[in-house]
Amino acid sequence: MNWRAIKAIIQRDLLAVVRSKGVMIPLIIVPLVFMILLPAGFGYFTPVLMEMPGANMPDLTLFLDQLPPAMLANFEGYTMEQLMIIFSLVYMFAPMFLILPLMVASVVAADSFAGEKERKTLEALIYTPTTDMELFVGKVLSAMIPALLVSLVGFLLYTLTANLAAWPTMGEMILPNLTWIILVLWVSPATASMGLGATVIVSSRVNAFQEANQIAGVIVLPILALVIAQVTGVMYFSVWLTALLGVVFWLIGGVLLYFGVRTFRRSEILAKG
Amino acid sequence: MREQPVIVTQGLTRLFGDITAVDNLDLEIYRGEVLGYLGHNGAGKTTTVRLLNGVLTPTSGKMQVLGLDPSVNGAELRQRTGVLTETPSVDERLTGYENLKIFAALFNVPQADVEKRVGELLETFQLTDRAGDRVGEYSKGMKQKLALARALIQQPEVIFFDEPTSGLDPVITRQVHTLIQDLSKNGGHTVFLCTHNLAEAQRLCDRVAVLENGKMVALGSPAELARELWKGTRLEFETTHEALPTALQTLEAMPDAHEITSAEDQPAISLLLTLRDQIPAMVERLVAAEVPLYRLTPQEPTLEDIYFALHENDQEVEA
Repeated sequence: MNWRAIKAIIQRDLLAVVRSKGVMIPLIIVPLVFMILLPAGFGYFTPVLMEMPGANMPDLTLFLDQLPPAMLANFEGYTMEQLMIIFSLVYMFAPMFLILPLMVASVVAADSFAGEKERKTLEALIYTPTTDMELFVGKVLSAMIPALLVSLVGFLLYTLTANLAAWPTMGEMILPNLTWIILVLWVSPATASMGLGATVIVSSRVNAFQEANQIAGVIVLPILALVIAQVTGVMYFSVWLTALLGVVFWLIGGVLLYFGVRTFRRSEILAKG
Repeated sequence: MREQPVIVTQGLTRLFGDITAVDNLDLEIYRGEVLGYLGHNGAGKTTTVRLLNGVLTPTSGKMQVLGLDPSVNGAELRQRTGVLTETPSVDERLTGYENLKIFAALFNVPQADVEKRVGELLETFQLTDRAGDRVGEYSKGMKQKLALARALIQQPEVIFFDEPTSGLDPVITRQVHTLIQDLSKNGGHTVFLCTHNLAEAQRLCDRVAVLENGKMVALGSPAELARELWKGTRLEFETTHEALPTALQTLEAMPDAHEITSAEDQPAISLLLTLRDQIPAMVERLVAAEVPLYRLTPQEPTLEDIYFALHENDQEVEA
């Protein structure tokens, strides 16, 4: 492997991403909404809303009763306000957080693979002495690195925002916990690999950034299913389940990337282009 | 004895489904030579460049470039070749300097030499002042110059130009022509020039290969092709205004004289004779008709004449 060439591909793709408004806008807005605005809102307004006349306390109690017992065990000793904050900021947001690496990896990969075909800049790259594998690794890393960076920075911002917003009610730090650490360091890269693999496969069949991004966006469905399962209490993101989820996502991501690398051949790209 | 060819193909063929993009191509190109690869759009020029750089594999046949088999040693070969693609293919979000610096790394230019090499190329192509601007802000000519600079970044031994002057203004076209001549004559580089600009090919190429529907239909220097394929002779002669109608009448009576045209502002006539041997007979007839001849100039056929004659022959064969 020629790592100097791989580094050059990463540098080229990242510079191109940073200078594209179309790519950067979702990369800024989504983390801002999910990692700062929403947790700040939940943390601040949950106790306020519960204090308001007409707050439906019996329904909330009924909802909490339906949660998995393992999850309920973590709520012992908390007031209703504290419990709702813990539920929303520690549990409900956990699967939602995974949208971040998935979205970043997909957007950057769509720009790097399909977008490059659209801009007709791939041909110059194809005539360089890099091998197909070096080109593929360079492009995969140029999508993976920002996905992981955004995840990490997003997690730090989220932890800070959630703790600050919840402090008046909780009087203690609610994050990070082991589940979230596993989520960030293990499940998040696995989720990024899934988004990346799906986008690489889609990009080999389409010639435009938007098209690739929209079709590959279907991969967000399993994450949304997890969000719904967690919110409705069907599933509880325990430490073990989170770790297992990482294994499953790595497997799916691995399979998708395996098929992705098989489609990424100079001759195939040019023949289809 | 002539040296070993730099590019050799034998029966090189590439199919895309039912379409034959390159059909049984036999070609030898030598060091320092500029070979013009002529053909209409879709004739198979770009596919040949891709095959010779190992980015497409042939369906059948053999090829060697710089002693390497492109389908086996593609990466090693591309280190020694430069390609200017039909579209400049430069990254518009990056600056000119960044484009060159990144490709210097991709072409393994030694780290210590990168700044010097990039600086030299920017200077050569008069891009130094705009090196820090994003390429999206460049004119078409500047983008093409940047793409040329990129194709030369690692000082390749063989350079493939795919329509290098397409859409460029005459000033930049001339600069590109000078560069190609300089690369070949002073630098000893081998140049494979794909073009459908026949004047460009005539001006720059030592030999030309004419491609039609993937098949090479002629190969040789423009002069060789003229001898082989162009049996007629184009002539221009000067007479007097008074004698012009008689001259035209005399020539129109000759069955082997074609394309007879007179100039609007001077007493000159140009025509095409089917055979060169008919010149004395034509002169005899004009003198007998008392047409004074002040100047008689035979004109060498242009590559354009040859190209279209070749094309017409093929259409006749097909019909």
